[in-house]
Order: sequence, then structure tokens, then C-alpha cells
Amino acid sequence: MTLTAQHLWLIPALPLLVAAVGAFSRHRGIALAAIFAMAGSFVLSCLALAGALQNPAAHAVFNFAWFDLGTGALRLGFLLDPLTALMCVMVTFVGTLIFTFSLGYMKEDKNFSRFFCFLSFFAAAMLGLLIANSLLLLFICWELVGLASYLLIGFWFHKPSAAAAAKKAFLTTRIGDLGLLLGLLWLSEAGGSLLFFDNGQGVLETATLAALSGQTLACCGLALSTAIGLLIFCGAVGKSGQFPLHVWLPDAMEGPTPVSALIHAATMVAAGVFLVARVYPLMSADAVLAAVPVHALTVVAFIGAITALMGALIACAQNDIKRVLAFSTVSQLGYMMLALGVGSWTAAIFHLLTHAFFKALLFLGAGSVIHAAHHEQDIRQLGGLRTRLKITFATFAVGMMALSGVPFLFSGFWSKEGILHAAHGWHVSHLPLYAALAAVVLTAFYMSRLVAETFFGKPRSHAADHAHENSAVMTVPLVVLAVCAVLLGFLGTPAYPWLQATLAGEAVHADFGHLLEGGGLMFLSIGLVGSGLGLGWRLYGKKLRQTAEAHDPLSTAAPSVMAALANRLGFDELYAATVGHLNDLLASLADKLDRYVIGGLVNFIGLVGLFSGSVNRQFDEDNLNGGFDAASDGIRGTGRVYSKTQTGEAHGYLRVIAVAFIVLVLVLSLSMGGAR
Amino acid sequence: MSSLHLCLLISSALFCIGLTGALARSNTILVLLGIELMLNAANINFIAFWRFGPSPAPASGVIFVLFSIAVAAAEAAVGLALIIAVYRHQKSVRLQDATCLKG
Repeated sequence: MTLTAQHLWLIPALPLLVAAVGAFSRHRGIALAAIFAMAGSFVLSCLALAGALQNPAAHAVFNFAWFDLGTGALRLGFLLDPLTALMCVMVTFVGTLIFTFSLGYMKEDKNFSRFFCFLSFFAAAMLGLLIANSLLLLFICWELVGLASYLLIGFWFHKPSAAAAAKKAFLTTRIGDLGLLLGLLWLSEAGGSLLFFDNGQGVLETATLAALSGQTLACCGLALSTAIGLLIFCGAVGKSGQFPLHVWLPDAMEGPTPVSALIHAATMVAAGVFLVARVYPLMSADAVLAAVPVHALTVVAFIGAITALMGALIACAQNDIKRVLAFSTVSQLGYMMLALGVGSWTAAIFHLLTHAFFKALLFLGAGSVIHAAHHEQDIRQLGGLRTRLKITFATFAVGMMALSGVPFLFSGFWSKEGILHAAHGWHVSHLPLYAALAAVVLTAFYMSRLVAETFFGKPRSHAADHAHENSAVMTVPLVVLAVCAVLLGFLGTPAYPWLQATLAGEAVHADFGHLLEGGGLMFLSIGLVGSGLGLGWRLYGKKLRQTAEAHDPLSTAAPSVMAALANRLGFDELYAATVGHLNDLLASLADKLDRYVIGGLVNFIGLVGLFSGSVNRQFDEDNLNGGFDAASDGIRGTGRVYSKTQTGEAHGYLRVIAVAFIVLVLVLSLSMGGAR
Repeated sequence: MSSLHLCLLISSALFCIGLTGALARSNTILVLLGIELMLNAANINFIAFWRFGPSPAPASGVIFVLFSIAVAAAEAAVGLALIIAVYRHQKSVRLQDATCLKG
């Protein structure tokens, strides 16, 4: 039994239904309904995957007209190929586990049902984004996941920091989305359609791509497809927290931890990577042209490399357990963009999938720590949790090793190796490769620091001292994710690259000779992982932190560098000083314009009026007064009577309008009835 | 019952809900919401008469409604700005409190 493209809408429909019910009910059973809906969507996604695997190279589509406009119609559609199906399976599987975890994590929250309503709404929007065969449908769902993210970051909106973080996330991603919207409009104008695949008419099919890459812009010499691709990439930069719009993602950690795990680590932030992978034919259409100033993918690769390195650097100096993981997410998303940019979108999606599992695992592990330690998130205040939270520690360690890329056994190693291999083979420049290799060391370093500070040594606060392991509803998802974080890597090893071949729609061959195809590069990166872990262990593991106030060994060695990193390289201040300041300046300019220029004009006209009025008055008082006085007394009396009806209460007016309306309807219908 | 009747029934139900909201709520924002609902009822009527009317000219109904939605968005922005201004002035969004335009 398989699911065809025509029935793909069932996958997002289940969580959407729960969200709709949850909007009207505050019953705690919504949580269970949400979990079952996600599990149901998971089953449906597996059926869709089975359908997609029957013919991986085909793009099964189902298009329909949304509404007619003039002679044409605005068309939307669903698309079923291995990319869509694998992403759906990942989102629903991780989603089910995180929903289950939330049962325990949010147990005491008084807005329990609202939380699950929002989560289901998010899941529905995310799944809609994945199955879209139209950039317009994708954009609609794209904005809906943005809304869900806003609602969930600000879930504890009574905390001013959470409300501010929600606003910041919404506005920052909006900047990128403006680019996406412009790219969408331009594409619809130039390509004549927004459907991805449409029997040769779609924008990702050869005819349109050739037309788009064939035109160059007069102003800058870019190919048309490059310009549109870069605008679409703007959306991905905003959503996936890429430099320079990464500032919202770390702040988004103000939301509840399951939200950070689901939205800001595993699924929504990966939507940018998914978008670029989805429109990959468009992004790479300019690759055949030699005489253009820049290829779209080159920009993607460099943005990814900068983000990967910067995120890893900043993560080394953060003290909040969730902030470390957030910057790690920024860095890993940079890796994925880098892979897309250097031309290996299958490696990017492989890393996306493995990252979704181990990063969700790490975030849920952090959530388990935070829940056990009574909402203490500062790693300097934690410590010694290894013996107190045994399951959490074991699973967190698996996640940490997967993220660091510990060789052979863990999924993160294979997917990261694929990216490094692709970066090595890129003919344009080797700079992204060097940035990625530096980030490998830093990743291993900050993760060993995080684990050493959180789990080893002795507890440095009352909360950490009295931590107890959480209930099974929270630990079982951790164990399942940990198992996946190991096993998933074997879907895409160089010896049997099933995942990459399926995504690309090719046949797959097992060849163990290729297992070590990375060669020297692979051993170099293993060495780098080892040195990163060793360095982290030497600095933080051998001499364990004794008190919460003790100095960080790196801060003592290089105080100014670490202060800058802890301050996130000052991007927030920079944006406040430039963009924020510019905004203030424009506002005050508008204020001045309003006050002096327009206000001055109004005042001048007023003065003219006053002057003519005084002339009039002179004439009136002398010549016309008597008769008018009498008349105006009469009018004043009537006015006084009428002013009684002006109660100033808007409801009163509304009521009169409503009654008059009903009377009008009655009179009209009676007289019409009489006429007939 | 024809599709036109169904649409008209839905729109009149929506209109009545909006009217009740606008009349019965004391929170100005909710009154504004009620008014928006009534406006949308009118939009549904536009679409219904265009779609099921005697000779649907291409797109005219849709275009009409798109304009109407755009105007409604502008109106909502002005309305919310007014509410914020009133709130700043008297620290309340109760409609009954805003009576200083009394004659």
C-alpha cells in the first residue's frame, strides 16, 4: 500500500485537525490527540516513502487550480519524490518523539493544551511546506511556520525577554522573506509559472531553466536565474539562521526546550536548506555559463562557510547550555549550506537528516537537564550530573559524539565526511574547506567543554545537587533518538550510499572499496576531531571547575577574544547601531517634517483664515448681527435637543445602525413581496 | 437548496456573528473584529453572486473582493492605531469608557 501525490495532503491534515480542535478546547487530552496525529502522519509518510521509492527518479505531481484569474488560473500542487518523502518521515518521526517528551516537560504548565495546539499547527505547516509543488504554496507554509515559531518562542510571553525574542525572530526572518517574495514574483513573471514540475512547463524543468539562464540582466551582467536564485536564497538565509541574519536563532532559545528541539534545531531552521535543495536546478542553472560575474551557488557556499566557522567560534564562549547548542545549530546549518554551495545537495540533505536526529537528541537532553535542575541553564551552575541523570548523560554523550563526528560509529561522522569530501572537490576555491575543517576542531572542542562542565565534577549549585532522573515519558524519546543518531549514518556511508543515490534518483551499488574514499582528508578530519576533543578534555576535563564563579581557562588566557565571542562578536550591537539607528533617524526626520514643514503650512493657512475671519467678524458685528441672533437662538435650542442623542457611546450608535438596518430589510422585503 | 443559497446563508450567519460581536463586546479590539467579520460576510456575498450569478464576467468578482480586502486591511490598521491612541490617552480599551465625544 502506498500513498500517491494526490493524497499527500492527508499528511499535514491530521496535525492541522488537532490544532483546529485545540484552538477551541482547553482539554488536556489534546496532547494525546496531537501525539497520535503525528504518529498517524508518520505512518502516512512511510507509505508515501514506499511510493516514492518505487521510482526514485520520477517526480510524481498532482496540480490543481486554486482560483481563476482572468483567462488563466493560479495553480498549486503536491509533489512526491524521495526528498519530500524522506523529509516528511524525519519531521513526523522526530515530531512524535518530541511531542511525547513535551508531555513530561510541560506537565506543570497551565497552558498545556495551548502548547500542543501550537505544536500541531507548526507540524501541519511544516509538512505542508515539504509537500508543496508550487513556490507559492511553499511560501504560504513558510510564513505559517514563521508564525508558529513566533507563537512558540513567545509561549512564555509574560517574560519580557521571551516576548522580545519572539519579535526579533519574526522581524529578522521577515527581512529574508522579503527577498523570497521578490524572487517568487520575479520567477512568476519571468518563468510564467510557480509550479516546480508541470509536464515540462514547471520552473524546475529544462525548458524554463534554459530560458531563465539564457537571459542576462543589463545592469550587472548576472544571469536571470542567478538573480532569482539569490533572492530565493535570501529567504533561506533568514530562516536557516545564516550569516548575516543569524542573530534571531540564539535568542529563540527563550521558548520552551521542546520547541527549540523541534523548530529551532531539527525542522524549521532546516527549511532553508530544504528550499535551496528543492530549487537546486534553478540555483545551478547558471553553472554552464562561464562569463557571469558570480554563480548563485558560489555565494551559497561562502555564506555557509562563514556561518559554519562563526557559529562554532561563538559556541566556544557561551555559558548557557541552550545557547551553546543554538550556535552549534547555526554552525551545522552553515555546513549544510556549504554542501549545497559546492554542488552536493544530497550530502546537504544527508547531513540535514542526521543533524535533525542528533541535535533534537541534544536539545531534549538539555531539556531533561534543565527540567531536572529546576530551570537552571547556566553550565557553570551545573556539574556532577553524570551520576544523577544516568540515562540523560548516556544519550547526551551519544549526541555529542555524533555532533563532533567521532569516526565510523556515529551518523554525524559520515554526513560531515560527505560534506568535507564535496568541499574538497570544489574547483572554485578551497577556502570553504579550510573554514569547515577549522569548524570541525571547534565543534569537538565546545561539545567536550559542554559535557565536561555539565556532567562531570561536583555539583556547583543546590539545584544541580538535588537533580533526579526524569520519568520514562522523557527518557524513552532520548533513547530512541540516540539509537537513531547512531544507525542513521549507515544509510549513507561511501560504501553503500543508499540515501544519496535515492535522492538523486540513481541506482545504488555496494562497494566496500569506497568506504575510505575520503583518503587523506578523512584521516585529517579524524585527527582534527581527536585534537578538538583532546583539547576540550585537557582544558575542562582534567582540571574540573570547582565553583560557579571560577574563571574559564580560556578567558584567563585570552580575555578580550573570549569577551568578544561571549558577546556574539557584537552583531546585536552592530545592528542596533546601524539598522536600529537608521530607523530612529528616519522616524525623527518624519517627525520633524510633520511638525515643521507640514505643520507650518497648516498654521499659515490657519493664520490666513484667522485674518479673513476677523475681517468678517467686524462686518458681522456691525451690520448683520441682530436678525441672526434670533435665528441662531432657535437653532441652538434644536441643537440642544438633538445633542441629547449624541451620547458618545459607540455601542449606542452601533445599536441604532443595527436596528435601522433591520427595519430597512423588513420594509424592503415587505414592499418587494407586495410588488410580486 | 442551491449553492447560492448556501453561500448566502453562510454569509448572513457570519454577518450576524459579527454584528453580535460588535454590539455585545466591550473590548474595542473585539468590536473591530466583529466589524471585520461583517465585512467578510459582504465579501462572501460578492463572490457568491459573481460565481453563481447569471453571467460571471472573468475575474471581476475576485478583483472586487481583493480590493475590498486591501481596503479592509488599511481600515484595520487605522482602527488599531486609533485604539492604541485611545489606550495611551485613558489606559483602557473599553468602548464604554471612550465617551469624550459626547454632545
